[in-house]
Amino acid sequence: MQKDVIFAGFGGQGILLMGSILAHAAMDLGFEVAWVPSYGAEMRGGTANCTVVIGDRPIGSPIIKNPQHLVAMTRPSLEKFGPLVKPGGVILINSSLIPVSSGRDDVDEIKVPANDIAMKVGSVKAANIVALSAFVARSRFLDYDMVIACMKNQFGSKDKLIQMNLEAMEAGKKAAQ
Amino acid sequence: MPKTFRKPEALSDAQTHYCPGCTHGVIHRLIAETVDELGIRGRTVGIAPVGCAVLAYNYFTFDFQEAAHGRAPAMATGMKRVRPDLIVFTYQGDGDLASIGMGEIIHAANRGEKFTTIFVNNAVYGMTGGQMAPTTMPNQKTTTSPFGRNVEEVGMPVKMAELLAALQTPAYITRQTVIRPKYITRAKKAIKQAFTYQMERKCFSFVEVVSTCPTNWGMTPVEAVGWTEDTLLPYYQIGDVKVPE
Amino acid sequence: MAKVLMKGNEAIGEAAIRAGCKNYFAYPITPQSEVAEYLARRMKDVGGVFLQGESEVAVSYMLFGAAACGERVFTTSSSPGISLMSEGISYMAGAQLPVVLVNIVRGGPGLGGILPSQGDYFQATKGGGHGDYRLLVMAPASVQEAVEMVMAAFPLAEKYRNPVMIIGDGLIGQMMEPVEFPDDLVSEPTNKDDWATNGMDSRNAGTPNIVKSLHLDSKILNDLNLTLKAKYDRMKKEEIRYEAYNTDGDYRVLIVSYGTMSRVCRTAVDNLKESGFEVGMIRPKTLFPFPLEAIRKAAQKDSCKAVISIELSMGQMVEDVERAVQGKKPVEWYGMCGGDIPTPEEVMDVVRKLG
Repeated sequence: MQKDVIFAGFGGQGILLMGSILAHAAMDLGFEVAWVPSYGAEMRGGTANCTVVIGDRPIGSPIIKNPQHLVAMTRPSLEKFGPLVKPGGVILINSSLIPVSSGRDDVDEIKVPANDIAMKVGSVKAANIVALSAFVARSRFLDYDMVIACMKNQFGSKDKLIQMNLEAMEAGKKAAQ
Repeated sequence: MPKTFRKPEALSDAQTHYCPGCTHGVIHRLIAETVDELGIRGRTVGIAPVGCAVLAYNYFTFDFQEAAHGRAPAMATGMKRVRPDLIVFTYQGDGDLASIGMGEIIHAANRGEKFTTIFVNNAVYGMTGGQMAPTTMPNQKTTTSPFGRNVEEVGMPVKMAELLAALQTPAYITRQTVIRPKYITRAKKAIKQAFTYQMERKCFSFVEVVSTCPTNWGMTPVEAVGWTEDTLLPYYQIGDVKVPE
Repeated sequence: MAKVLMKGNEAIGEAAIRAGCKNYFAYPITPQSEVAEYLARRMKDVGGVFLQGESEVAVSYMLFGAAACGERVFTTSSSPGISLMSEGISYMAGAQLPVVLVNIVRGGPGLGGILPSQGDYFQATKGGGHGDYRLLVMAPASVQEAVEMVMAAFPLAEKYRNPVMIIGDGLIGQMMEPVEFPDDLVSEPTNKDDWATNGMDSRNAGTPNIVKSLHLDSKILNDLNLTLKAKYDRMKKEEIRYEAYNTDGDYRVLIVSYGTMSRVCRTAVDNLKESGFEVGMIRPKTLFPFPLEAIRKAAQKDSCKAVISIELSMGQMVEDVERAVQGKKPVEWYGMCGGDIPTPEEVMDVVRKLG
């Protein structure tokens, strides 16, 4: 078994963190895992994406040209990676910022207004958590509760944040239904 | 008969390879006397890079490293950072320190590394055979400035002591010479002061010693002393340039 | 110890500390600056030395000075930085100093790019600096292996009194994978008093030690080079490390690949196996010494029609593979250089055509 997903958007949207939370959860569940970021000369405001690959045996190539799933947080990232997603995968579109569809009829496309939902729970910064939650709930990439437990770990020291992020998680899960 | 004059313990019995009239031997002795007087031979490490003094490790009786051209201050930095208890000095010429090693000496001085640099400035590349150095005087003839140093083309000689003294980090920066006994006494005092500051972990210490190179200047040793006094010392004035608070 | 999810660059820094190296000098360069950023904080915790030098040239001599005092020391850099350090590395090899260097290789020549590359194979294994010297070179294929190699590098550097280099790439450096740190390595170099300029008092000695690489006498210099050669020959006997993958049965093609590229090849070997096409792989873990004998034997298998070196360079390791195979089987090359990594499918296509 091997699964992979690309998270993509702008720098500052917490793209790498989404992947990191998922990767930690996968490790805690006993999977082999690799988290691979894009990196470049643009430190802020450029495109950012990361790939998470999990499997039940050592991961060979962690560089994925055709991902199984995509979480697109901005329009350019949808346009770049949308056509590459393998048939049958989930494409999650952050419809707060992306007014279009992927144009694919062979994938499970889901639109989640992640920024709007995040603002309702307290901060637009939680949009990544909303989207991650919606993605996990829809794709069953990993056990949903384990991902929540892992997120609690990662935000452990900031009580105020964790409450907001839990609400963001809950809202994301609802949006995915 | 009792001995009234002997070699410092820190100097070996090896015969040096330096030319007649060269001042390296005097400077070696002043360092060795300092090491003896401060009782630090067992924890002193010297570094001599490429240049006439590259074989200096043969002339002292304490630990020594030979360095690539210009890099001694970086090596001394590495040593003092991992072994602050060692007493470390670099022994560098003008081609080494003021040309290829300009970057290393400035940054080491600016970090305030707690080692001592003895900078032997004789206004010429010695070991490679008398080429022009950054400290070569205007109109001075060398093998690579056969018509004399043209300052329109290569700029004025670099005053390293003043250049380093411009850095804001506290340091002991002094310029001395050893061409006459009266100067030697002062130079000895300065070298000992530099090592003392290092032992107190006070600051970076730098002793420029204006020296002679009769061979590459094409002079007798006596003429070389005269030329140093008449030409070098008015430009490279001796005395403390910067003293720590 | 429990597994932790760590970036390769940070894991490399942590591994050095756990190997008992508390001295780090470096200059920032992408894609490995996270090592310095990690150690700038971590060295404070452990009472170690962290210093950002003014250039890679200076850093290489800070390493020289520290190692010459008998202390464990290391740096990390990337290709252009290693080029600048090459002068110092030659001096370290000549002065027989144990220093550990990590090169997170980026594309070249010149400024090149910052994406994964294996274009520094020649520089690392054939000597980037001047003179007759070799580095012991290891190449990890995962974050876990990077940790293990960094920890092994210090005792190896001391065993041979020779610089050891670990070469990875941006993927190994930037990727997060689960890591388990082996127990702390507490071994200390035992022979340093014989040669280190650690101050005569430190070793209760009456005679000085001299660290140098200058030998103007032709016989003495020749003798030094013979000593170095003997060390390199001993490395060839004792330190060759490689992984043989899917080589027990028959195979039609033998892949030789290392580091990041070998991970793609491993997937390709697995996929080809599922389609009934058997491929073996030798993955060198040490690039110097190189597993010549293992490759030679694997290539000699009757079923093996061809050998292919697959690398992120325009054909560097392939020369060593040719040296191993000695003309007994055709040796091919496949690779890319710009930073893209061939996909398993691309590798499969190339390999199928050979068998």
